[in-house]
Amino acid sequence: MKSNRRITLNRRDVVSNILRDRGDALIVTGLGSTTWDAAAAGDHPNNFYLWGGMGGAAMTALGLARAQPKRRIIVLTGDGEMLMGLGSLATIGAAAPLNLAICVIDNQRYGETGMQETHTGHGVDLAAMAAGAGFAETQTVWSKQGIEGAIPHLYETDGPVFVDVKVNTDRVPMVLPLRDGTAIRGRFREAVLGARAFD
Amino acid sequence: MVTKNKKPVSKWSAQVFKTLKDADIAQVSYVPDAGHADLISTCLADDHLKTTRLTTEEEGVALALGAWLGGERSVLLMQSSGVGNCINMLSVIQETRSPLLMLVTMRGEWGEFNPWQIPMGQGTAKALEDAGVIVYHVDEAGDLTETVYAASQIAFNAYRPAAVLIGQRVVGFKDWRKK
Ligand SMILES: Cc1ncc(C[n+]2csc(CCOP(=O)(O)OP(=O)(O)O)c2C)c(N)n1
Ligand SMILES: [Mg+2]
Repeated sequence: MKSNRRITLNRRDVVSNILRDRGDALIVTGLGSTTWDAAAAGDHPNNFYLWGGMGGAAMTALGLARAQPKRRIIVLTGDGEMLMGLGSLATIGAAAPLNLAICVIDNQRYGETGMQETHTGHGVDLAAMAAGAGFAETQTVWSKQGIEGAIPHLYETDGPVFVDVKVNTDRVPMVLPLRDGTAIRGRFREAVLGARAFD
Repeated sequence: MVTKNKKPVSKWSAQVFKTLKDADIAQVSYVPDAGHADLISTCLADDHLKTTRLTTEEEGVALALGAWLGGERSVLLMQSSGVGNCINMLSVIQETRSPLLMLVTMRGEWGEFNPWQIPMGQGTAKALEDAGVIVYHVDEAGDLTETVYAASQIAFNAYRPAAVLIGQRVVGFKDWRKK
């Protein structure tokens, strides 16, 4: 069923808010808009930017979360990207990583490809799916207060945590981070592993 | 039906398990195949390995990337049909030039009874090669451990995706005349 609830949050405000006090958290971004959002909030070696592999952001983060159990891992991805990897909600729910949080920047559109509507504007509730998969904490956020309340969950609550943030479709400038995959992984691994990155 | 319980672990599975340990594998992810049943249960019983059950094989490709970004080596276990589920995610491994070790038990290639296994089984090696994966095919049980070890070295030391296809001759096929 199509939803008509008005959405006011701006994606860039939301992402820069989330990343403002990021501490030593490691961030994995889904292809397209959330990669640009993270870049716009400020490039950082602890960001792993995906430019492809649609549907793979959450699972990349799970591998990382298991390898780095003392670090907090946060996924920032789009609703379309998350929908392509719905099975990974089950996989992550069953794996139950304490240090993993997923934040979907949900504009109810495939923004990158021309703003076609996704399932999330037609009754599909990603947070409910994550809850059904056994995530420890799940919520859908529609307001500024909501996002303030959700941020501590992303960073601190025992996971897996899932937050779906409804954002509007206002146009935002393109901000592009590193593009070369080998450079992105080399820089990220060095930030996480130090000299061992080049073993 | 083949009985699954309380059989001794097949010799090749035990050897491959030891090889994976020698190669410093810390994480194992899988979608089950009957051919991998012994190896999976051995991995699940090991206290030091972190195992992940997947809903689809492409999840394991992304998981392997994440594990390596975090400093851990992993292996992905699947049946040949599962290779078809991985193709686009393999582009991420290629573009980031990251290691990936896959052990693929073959169907649809030797004495196969189920015709539905033929299309993907016959296309497995080609599909992997087209996706940039280095492919080793093992038809002699005696070659398996050495090949798995060599594949792990090229994967993790040369930062490349490598797959070992474990032939249906090694895994053993079900002879449907002997019900
Ligand atoms: C496997 C695959 N299918 C389709 C595409 C095309 N594609 C690129 S981005 C995108 C939409 C992503 O939507 P979403 O994750 O919601 O991000 P948004 O731009 O809306 O924030 C699509 C369909 C692709 N890159 N890969
Ligand atoms: Mg979207």
